[in-house]
Amino acid sequence: MTPDLIEALGRIVGSRWVRHRRAELTTYAMDGLPTRESYPGVVVVPADAAEVREVVRLLHLIGVPFVARGAGTGLSGGAVADPDAVLITLTRMNRILRIEPGRRRAVLQPGVVNARLSEAAAPHGLQYVPDPSSQTACTVGGNVAENAGGPHCLKYGVTTNHVTQLEVVLSDASVVRLGSPQGDPWGPDLVGLFVGSEGMFGIATEITVRLEPIPPTVRTMLADFPTVRSASEAVSSIIAAGVVPAALEMMDRACVAAVEASIYAAGYPTDAAAVLLVELDGQTEAVEAEAGMVAGILRERGAREVRSASSPADRARLWQGRKKAFGAMGRIAPDLAVQDAVVPRSALPDIMDRIAEIRDRHRLSISNVFHAGDGNLHPNISFDRHDSAVAARVSEACREIMAACVEAGGSITGEHGVGSDKLDYMPLIFDGESLAAMHAVRRAFDPWEAANPGKVVPLRACREWLAAPGAR
Amino acid sequence: MSDPIYTRLRALLGSGGVERDADGLPRATPESPDALSLVCRLAHEEGWKIRIEGQSTWLAADAPADLAVSTRGLDQVLSVSPADLVATVQAGAPLDTLRRRLADEGMWLALDPPGRPERTMGSIVATATAGPLRHGFGPVRDHLLGCTVATGDGRVVKAGGKVVKNVAGYDLTKLQVGGFGGFGIIAEVHLRLRALPRADVTLIARGPRDDLTFAARRLVEARLSPAALELLSPALAAEPEWVLAARFLGTDAAVQAEVGGLGSGGDLAWEALPAERTAAFWGAVARGSLGGPITIRLGVLADGVDEALDLVAHDLDEGLLSAGPGSGMIRWTGDAPIERLRGVRRTAAAREAPMTIERAPWALRRAMGHFGAYREGVGQLVGRLRDSFDPGQCLSVALEGGE
Repeated sequence: MTPDLIEALGRIVGSRWVRHRRAELTTYAMDGLPTRESYPGVVVVPADAAEVREVVRLLHLIGVPFVARGAGTGLSGGAVADPDAVLITLTRMNRILRIEPGRRRAVLQPGVVNARLSEAAAPHGLQYVPDPSSQTACTVGGNVAENAGGPHCLKYGVTTNHVTQLEVVLSDASVVRLGSPQGDPWGPDLVGLFVGSEGMFGIATEITVRLEPIPPTVRTMLADFPTVRSASEAVSSIIAAGVVPAALEMMDRACVAAVEASIYAAGYPTDAAAVLLVELDGQTEAVEAEAGMVAGILRERGAREVRSASSPADRARLWQGRKKAFGAMGRIAPDLAVQDAVVPRSALPDIMDRIAEIRDRHRLSISNVFHAGDGNLHPNISFDRHDSAVAARVSEACREIMAACVEAGGSITGEHGVGSDKLDYMPLIFDGESLAAMHAVRRAFDPWEAANPGKVVPLRACREWLAAPGAR
Repeated sequence: MSDPIYTRLRALLGSGGVERDADGLPRATPESPDALSLVCRLAHEEGWKIRIEGQSTWLAADAPADLAVSTRGLDQVLSVSPADLVATVQAGAPLDTLRRRLADEGMWLALDPPGRPERTMGSIVATATAGPLRHGFGPVRDHLLGCTVATGDGRVVKAGGKVVKNVAGYDLTKLQVGGFGGFGIIAEVHLRLRALPRADVTLIARGPRDDLTFAARRLVEARLSPAALELLSPALAAEPEWVLAARFLGTDAAVQAEVGGLGSGGDLAWEALPAERTAAFWGAVARGSLGGPITIRLGVLADGVDEALDLVAHDLDEGLLSAGPGSGMIRWTGDAPIERLRGVRRTAAAREAPMTIERAPWALRRAMGHFGAYREGVGQLVGRLRDSFDPGQCLSVALEGGE
């Protein structure tokens, strides 16, 4: 990046908010994906929407691409910029602009940390539901870009179900307001299109979200099973019975072992093949009655023991093991590839067998923690990325796991996004025409392809879309 | 004039794949997404205008066109999976047929759109017309996992997938839900289902509108979770007074607990509908939206429902009016001069509430558009999206209106 550009950016945001020295850029060279490293040309940290607009206007003028970034907790290499691009970090824009309890809405800047929003809403008896495992660090702006999920999305939906309106700075620095405060689209559903576009349609500078009432009663249950198959069948039986748990999470033996050996030990039984965490919420009488039903189903399906956490402290402890599972796995090896894929719920037992087979064949350590209720798997591979032979086996195993999930009727990502990590897998689920349609939508928002270039859609796999009629 | 078109379509689809409508317009009835795309491609190459048709029970088949493309040949329920609670359905499949098929296997689709029970899935998705169940189960988009569409120039595009959680690529399904066919013709949809609830209880209370909205607000604040909470005008409810209807669905235990909470929440005299009347009651509410030539919806915040109801009742009429005091969705059906409708749209827009024309004769759709004017900068964006998905402007759909 030229000194002129660095100086011009400094004039917009103040020189202390422009970072360009190698040592300063190290923080931004990766996100949560350990296998992709790239130093951005320069990092700029704007204070507000006006500064974002000015920065983008300048970059548009001189034709320099940009990448928006929140806390950098993403797991698909989506928030990493090439040396020819400017990284726009939004963490200074961390103000909750207002909470409107009567309307059950909050309006906030993109850099607000997810967990902080629920904390701020709690005094009003409200919460922001999407709760990715990184919620104490990740930003809502990043959640919007990735359409982030979390354990409680089973009942309440993912980020896209909770965003009603967005103010967006497009690549030419124009500003558009998408959606409406209530949530009904104003025209086509452009908020729905924008959420999950991984920073490639523009930068959201103001986000309006729906808040939900905190349920009167919450009950967390823990059951351990002798086989993954019996635990999976229990999951399907609970849902078939018409009970909609707030969360339904599973951990396999390797995951439980990692948790119990760490400072996050939650008292999970280490000899179980699978542990299920079931959470019910709602009116007290309903939760009590449904908890009885669920306990019956769990036992019927072979649970050895069913524990129920009633006090908030016990509930938090049961959840801590699940929420900190990734941290616990981090102890095992220097690096952790947190994978993400989806299969139809009924395919869970078979896919677990396939993953075990892939693990053994590549001689890797894989622990599984997943949102069993919606078939969203997180096979996590512990490894050392500096050992190139192992890294190659990890990459091959990931590819095989993705192919197996697609073969089972699933998808290559449920909540982490495609980013740069999964570009090559996109043709496994989308043909050239459908990929080209995605690219055309991206070009409708960003004809200059300046926002987060090179992610999500593998351009070489697209069929020509913009050709004149008859050229095909 | 249309003979060459009829002949070309026959050559493409065979004699069973094309017919004439009452006015003699050629109507193609393709039976697969590929056949649908071939029709679109031909129309694109020849510069013919296409009118998209389902059962024509919701939007009238009156858009000017050189040919009609009907989804009635695409009426199959392709797959249902009780274990995964997912179904794949062709766009022309009627909702009531699907509902019966699902019920046989212990499942249901949590949508209760306005209109007739045989409305096609394609129509419900393209117009994004959710009914009272929107309160508990969200708008139409929340029930779609993916779809297959034919673009205006005949490309087959697949969006989303068959799993309940999926962030692979951009979420193009959202463009089709509520796109009124302006971005392509929906051929197939993947739907998210639910286990058939064991209990289904509806209670109603009658009274002056103000009392009911006040009580409804208190219910919402009391953290009850009805599947539907709907305020209905006397004409829509076929009652002498306004009606507040609350529907609870779920396990017996959950429904009992919720209904118990309702009793303690206010001064309203709630009356539980007998089980055998529940379906008829909600069916009548849905069909009520066909009681006039025009249906509009407004999306307002919960604290603006009263004001918006006043606006509609005053500027249009109180006739067939419903509102979700929790969801903020207001729907009105009737007849009114275009100036009045424009006035309501302007006033609502000033309060940051979009007004969508869900149903109207072509002349009104043409003049006002389903959406009307967009907010600043959005029009260009939508224009580019339409250019991408219908580069020859073959799809006869009035999103913006001609004013």
